[in-house]
Amino acid sequence: MADFTDLGVKDIRDGVASGEFTAREVAESFNAAVADAAVLNAFIVTTPEHALAAAEKVDADRAAGKQLGKMAGVPIGMKDLFATHGVQTTAASHILEGFKPEYESTVSSNLWAAGAGMLGKLNLDQFAMGSSNETSYFGNVNSPWRKEGSNAAMSPGGSSGGSSSAVASRIAPAATGTDTGGSIRQPAAFAGICGIKPTYGRCSRWGVVAFASSLDQAGPMARSVEDCAIMLEAMAGFDPKDSTSLQMDVPTWEAGLSADLKGKKVGIAKEYRMDGTDEAILKSWEQGKEWLRDAGAEIVDISLPHTKYALPAYYIIAPAEASSNLARYDGVRYGLRDLPEGAGLQDMYAATRAAGFGDEVKRRILIGTYVLSAGFYDAYYNQAQKVRALVARDFEHAWAECDVILAPTTPTASFPLGSLNEDPLTMYLNDVFAVPASLAGLPAMSVPAALTEDGLPLGLQLVGKPFDEQGVLNAGLAIQQRAGFTAKPEKWW
Amino acid sequence: MSVDKATVAKIASLARIKMGDEELERMVPELNGILDWVEQLGEVDVTGVEPMTAVIPNKLRLRDDVVDADPLTGGGKRDDVLANAPAAEHGFFGVPKVIE
Repeated sequence: MADFTDLGVKDIRDGVASGEFTAREVAESFNAAVADAAVLNAFIVTTPEHALAAAEKVDADRAAGKQLGKMAGVPIGMKDLFATHGVQTTAASHILEGFKPEYESTVSSNLWAAGAGMLGKLNLDQFAMGSSNETSYFGNVNSPWRKEGSNAAMSPGGSSGGSSSAVASRIAPAATGTDTGGSIRQPAAFAGICGIKPTYGRCSRWGVVAFASSLDQAGPMARSVEDCAIMLEAMAGFDPKDSTSLQMDVPTWEAGLSADLKGKKVGIAKEYRMDGTDEAILKSWEQGKEWLRDAGAEIVDISLPHTKYALPAYYIIAPAEASSNLARYDGVRYGLRDLPEGAGLQDMYAATRAAGFGDEVKRRILIGTYVLSAGFYDAYYNQAQKVRALVARDFEHAWAECDVILAPTTPTASFPLGSLNEDPLTMYLNDVFAVPASLAGLPAMSVPAALTEDGLPLGLQLVGKPFDEQGVLNAGLAIQQRAGFTAKPEKWW
Repeated sequence: MSVDKATVAKIASLARIKMGDEELERMVPELNGILDWVEQLGEVDVTGVEPMTAVIPNKLRLRDDVVDADPLTGGGKRDDVLANAPAAEHGFFGVPKVIE
């Protein structure tokens, strides 16, 4: 059997369309790779039959001379936060174990309609709350990357850690992710792949298990900027079932790709120069400036004065929304029920939620409940929403000076699993560069830039104006072409 | 502001999450660590700033006022709605007795 697992989205789509190989061959190749990589724990359930059925339909459509979709013949991993009809959907939580939706999320529907198939449901941090993929009820996800000369299990990042691990290890050419405060970009950076969070509202949230609704956005994770552009086109689009969905046409991002940045201004925010950032990260940031200058862009200094306050504001707003969203898990309508002997309704709620939610989820529900409670709402929640408005205003002012912002994606490279568990705050700080763009609803992308001396990937982040995914992708492409990042993890699994 | 064990117990009860003594004890310093850290938001001058309500300006749409505008989310889906219920009975969600 030929091995197709080094191919990305574009190569598979084009190869299937030209008849160089069949979609079925590709699906079989990835199904086998997935089965061979169980030790990564990237998937919660695998669905080889779904991938094969989708591939056979594409092959039949091609034979019949029908027009093929944007993702025709590409088998992908689906983050287990997207509801998939008849296939267990858990958000990596015990409270949803066994839940088989009677409906399909809009984003996954769009992907199947574009000819993609599903390899399985990808592991994640429980309810997307985490930055290391250590809060899943179904176990930690292993990164395929290891430090040079060490066998220590490394974090694939989070919350989309199953996605980053699967794409980096070549058991999936691409995967869906979701990003509330960095959950696409941080794992992409840790795993040496690309990932883009589009403008808030581009991708429908319908059928995506809700964490913090004013921040949640879906996006693609893949190994090249081109592959992200193709997949984002297939995922995005207006959906009347999501009240915050953007009523705009989906641009042709793939066709619009250009690494020529002549006339573009790239902003460098002085506030992103933070204590505790690795030397290697600062070095790659400098290198990124050089690459973009080489692509024709002008580098300009900008200021985003409220950057420091973005993360604490996020850790009020996101838990507040989560505490409200997660009130639906009550042991009545779906998922787990824990009914102690002789218990009444209220006891059943409390017992079910105690048994079903993990520690980090409980912590965030409690914080959210507290900051929304009578007497504290103004001091915490309202203040955070005002600071959020100021963070967004900083970006609006910056767009008078520049077209796109270049920043590190994370303050450090990946860390060993279990090494940051002592204090929840140290984990939160990993998203310090990712959260501001989330609070402002802006498109933002991570692209691989370099390896550390230890052989771990580092990412660079590009943040764009609202609706300007194209500007973000183009700057990402310019970096990709110059970084020449071809490193891949050595297979140990 | 910081929380003590009694406050955490009250929040847990509001959030309908059963917590034993040991878990409450463990949560107190964890929550206080987070609350101390978010306290820095108080430094920010927010005079005249409206709290953000929509990150991307967007009008709230109304759908057409017709029955089953979207058949998937319209009526007639009782069995689908109940399909994942842990205790569906006679076409309803089953819950422990509420009224004595």
